[in-house]
Amino acid sequence: MEKALAHIDWSAMTPELILVTAAALLIVLELLLPDEASRDWLGWLALLAVVGAGTYVAVHFGATAVDLLQGSYRTDPVAQSFKLVLLGGSALILLMSLSRENREGIRARGEYYFLLLTAVLGASMMTSSADLVTLFVGLELLSISSYILAGIRKQRTDSNEAAWKYVVLGGVSSAFILYGMSFVYGLTGSTNLFVVQQRIVEAYQTGYASFVLLSLFLMMLGFGFKIAAAPFHMWAPDVYQGSPTSVTAFLAVVSKTAAFALVTRIVLVAYLQLIELRVWEEIITPLLLVIAGASMIIGNAVALRQTNVKRLMAYSGIAQAGYVLVPLASLGMALFESTLYYLLAYSLMTVGVFAVIMAVERDAEHGELSAFAGLYRRSPLVALTMTLMVLSLAGIPVTAGFFGKFYILINAIATQHFWIAAVMVVTTVISYFYYFELIRQMYFRPAPKGNPLAIPISTAIVIGIGVIGTVGLGLFPNAVLHALGQLKWTEVLSIPQTPPGP
Amino acid sequence: MTVWNGLPTWVTFSPLLGMLVLLFIPRQQNRWLKWVGMAGTVPPLILALIMFAKFDPQARGVQFAQNVSWIHIPLPQSSGWKLSYAMGADGLSISLVVMTTIIAALAAVGSMYLKERLKSYFLLFLLLEIGMLGVFLARDLFLFFLFFEVTLVATFFLVGIWGYMERERAANQFLLYNGLGSALMLLAFISLMFVFGTLNLDQLQVRTSQLFAHPEWMQGPVKPVIWGIFLCILVAFGIKLPAFPFHTWMLRVHVEAPPAVVMIHSGVLLKMGAYGLIRFGVDLFPPLVHQMATCLAALGLVNILYGAALAFVQRDLKRVLAYSSVSHMGIILFGIAALNFTGLQGAVFQAVSHGFISALMFLIVAALYERTGTTMIDEMSGLAKAMPVLSGVLLAGGLALLGLPGMSGFVSEFLAFLGMFKPYPVIAGIGALGLILAAVYTLRAVMAATFGPFLDRWERLTDSKAVETVPMLVLLGLIIAIGVYPQMLGEPMQTTLQMIVTRIGG
Repeated sequence: MEKALAHIDWSAMTPELILVTAAALLIVLELLLPDEASRDWLGWLALLAVVGAGTYVAVHFGATAVDLLQGSYRTDPVAQSFKLVLLGGSALILLMSLSRENREGIRARGEYYFLLLTAVLGASMMTSSADLVTLFVGLELLSISSYILAGIRKQRTDSNEAAWKYVVLGGVSSAFILYGMSFVYGLTGSTNLFVVQQRIVEAYQTGYASFVLLSLFLMMLGFGFKIAAAPFHMWAPDVYQGSPTSVTAFLAVVSKTAAFALVTRIVLVAYLQLIELRVWEEIITPLLLVIAGASMIIGNAVALRQTNVKRLMAYSGIAQAGYVLVPLASLGMALFESTLYYLLAYSLMTVGVFAVIMAVERDAEHGELSAFAGLYRRSPLVALTMTLMVLSLAGIPVTAGFFGKFYILINAIATQHFWIAAVMVVTTVISYFYYFELIRQMYFRPAPKGNPLAIPISTAIVIGIGVIGTVGLGLFPNAVLHALGQLKWTEVLSIPQTPPGP
Repeated sequence: MTVWNGLPTWVTFSPLLGMLVLLFIPRQQNRWLKWVGMAGTVPPLILALIMFAKFDPQARGVQFAQNVSWIHIPLPQSSGWKLSYAMGADGLSISLVVMTTIIAALAAVGSMYLKERLKSYFLLFLLLEIGMLGVFLARDLFLFFLFFEVTLVATFFLVGIWGYMERERAANQFLLYNGLGSALMLLAFISLMFVFGTLNLDQLQVRTSQLFAHPEWMQGPVKPVIWGIFLCILVAFGIKLPAFPFHTWMLRVHVEAPPAVVMIHSGVLLKMGAYGLIRFGVDLFPPLVHQMATCLAALGLVNILYGAALAFVQRDLKRVLAYSSVSHMGIILFGIAALNFTGLQGAVFQAVSHGFISALMFLIVAALYERTGTTMIDEMSGLAKAMPVLSGVLLAGGLALLGLPGMSGFVSEFLAFLGMFKPYPVIAGIGALGLILAAVYTLRAVMAATFGPFLDRWERLTDSKAVETVPMLVLLGLIIAIGVYPQMLGEPMQTTLQMIVTRIGG
């Protein structure tokens, strides 16, 4: 079993290695560069690293699963697809924060870029881990980087408050996850997910059922926090509002995608065998569905009363988290496909929306909804692109967001969970109100200023990709569906050929 | 016929041509924007008329059919879902398509009163036309839903930006009700997909017939699902129609939307409800409709009487027309509930006829409002002296509205009630009261507005201009043409309706 480090096929880890090298390089350069030197090119370096990592994943997309480091690290179809989504999202966010205009008062540019890189690295590790320890390391790498990023505008009180809240509540949630993981280890004697999968049934049947469930509940508490699902969502609005917009976009897109990768992997791989004991059906599904339903209801209902755009997006994100949980909860027939499709659509539209928010916020110097007033008269094209992406978030055809919801709805109905389908449908209609409030501001309200909104070129590219992706995936979802349909998801759930020792 | 296979697609997407040209016209060029906007409705009109001319009334089934596979959702343990881009026209859709293109063209002319943001107005207007035409021509339920939602979004903007004082509330209410309706529709369609494995209309017809041919399904687990789907469809299109008690949003839109949009809304959008009820309710679920027929008839009765009674007490001409629409939609429900050939024919006739009549009435209201600055009946008093032509057309429109023989409204109401009297003589008898009430409220409103004491402030008013008179006369001509020669409308739909009636066994 013991392999020398030299014999390990490190190429499977190339994306992570690129990211870690670039992050290290950035730290060193930041230290060596004189204080007055421009740090703008560090951002380009970071972007290059993320694009490079993404390209590597894209080129090797669809390859069979590879196990590394005694089975604690794995590149399989799930990891690859999640990684593509989050690397793509990160690249767009980096591109968005590159331009001179979009600095948002972030003074420590070098720090900002390498923290983003370490956060992406953590996210990337989370998608590829098959071991509780590596999962947790990835999670904490992502979390701690995010805490600092949230508070990177040291001189601003709201940024400080955001970071403070995020650290405290994030720490608590990590503790819950760790506590849950410790039960798993105690019950099965292993941290490897596939070993856990085999042994947890035994533990369940030999009188430790309550502990098995306790471990799951504790972890779900923490996961609920990480994906900002109700009722663990309280941090999201404050953190979203206080962070710089680029960081908010990162939290909304990359952090959330990574957290979903984590939830999917742990819940599905570790507890999969419980399906046969009907535990899934009787306990896990209702538990997840309640979280999903609560997220949809609370997220959409509270969003109605928001006047700050980023808070609105936070509640919208809470609601969207509820939608994405449905396929996992119901063990729908196209679980991975629909989850990934939705996350991809969500990333594209959310990044695009945040790019517009960033430009509008800078122009109006505040983040209230009224900053969007009359945008249509000032910059019709920006207003139109924003409209398309907001319509997509609301789930109006012919957009990616619609098809994503449609796909998830199929899962809910196929598994006969009609009540969650009904909740989805009703809350979606409710969500029209606040999404259309943005549209009302842009089209129905008079503009306070007459000048067109200034959009830096890099932001324009991000918005362009967001819109093209949103509409393109809405009209021709087949492009992605076909690729997703080709992947062998079952490999993810099955045990690797040579199960590693405890 | 193969050359014409793409015709429905051409008709549906031909407004794109106008949109494309509009994009290149600067925002300030109001004159040009108006002309191009109006011209943009001509290609679909011409193509629809070509389609109407090429349509073979004797042929059974769909004509100009087109079917391209579009989205394939891979699913484990099955071949997955195939959604297709399927378009085509049958007797039910052809007349509605022609009506849509005519009303759209005239409503574009009716948009002349608008003064601001014309570019986006006409872009949305043409987008709305694409949606409406697509709704009537789609042969796949998923595709139907997409077009349906396009009309929703376009109408929201048209009402919310260019409407009157309370436009935003109207737009919001429109969005809420219709959003809920579409959501129910989507749930129904997805469930249909699960039960029958397809969303293609022609395949669905075959598979539902197969299911209903075996009465055992009533005992099976599929029964509640089928009923659920059916009720969702009824409510979804009931909201759109609108059937009582889902009508409140429609009143607001009628009052607050800009005149041209009300022409479209009252003329075409409400008819999508009727179309959906017949196409997806009656045609796909015959045995269920039979069980619900009494309920539909009762709803129709409530619509007729409630709408008529409230139309009578309104003092705003727009509200009179709005409530009269509620009343007239009840007649469509009657026609459907009758479940026989005559009744269904009456329902479709009423859909088309009311489309033209209400478009005409709102065009006149817009012209009056433009001159007098009011739509309150009491304040209009004595218009006939200052504007004989407009008042004359208003009177003629009113006569059409109350169903004077020789005009389209009479034929439709006659057919619908004739169909209704066979299965439900009592309900039909009470419903007939609505016809009398219609005469009362229409004449009261029209007379009070045009005759009565002449007001001095009307001295300087000008009568209607040619650009207003022409569309009015075209509509009036169509209304009379259908009234005098109903075969024009009846012939193309005959075969299709007969097929539906055979399926429902009525």
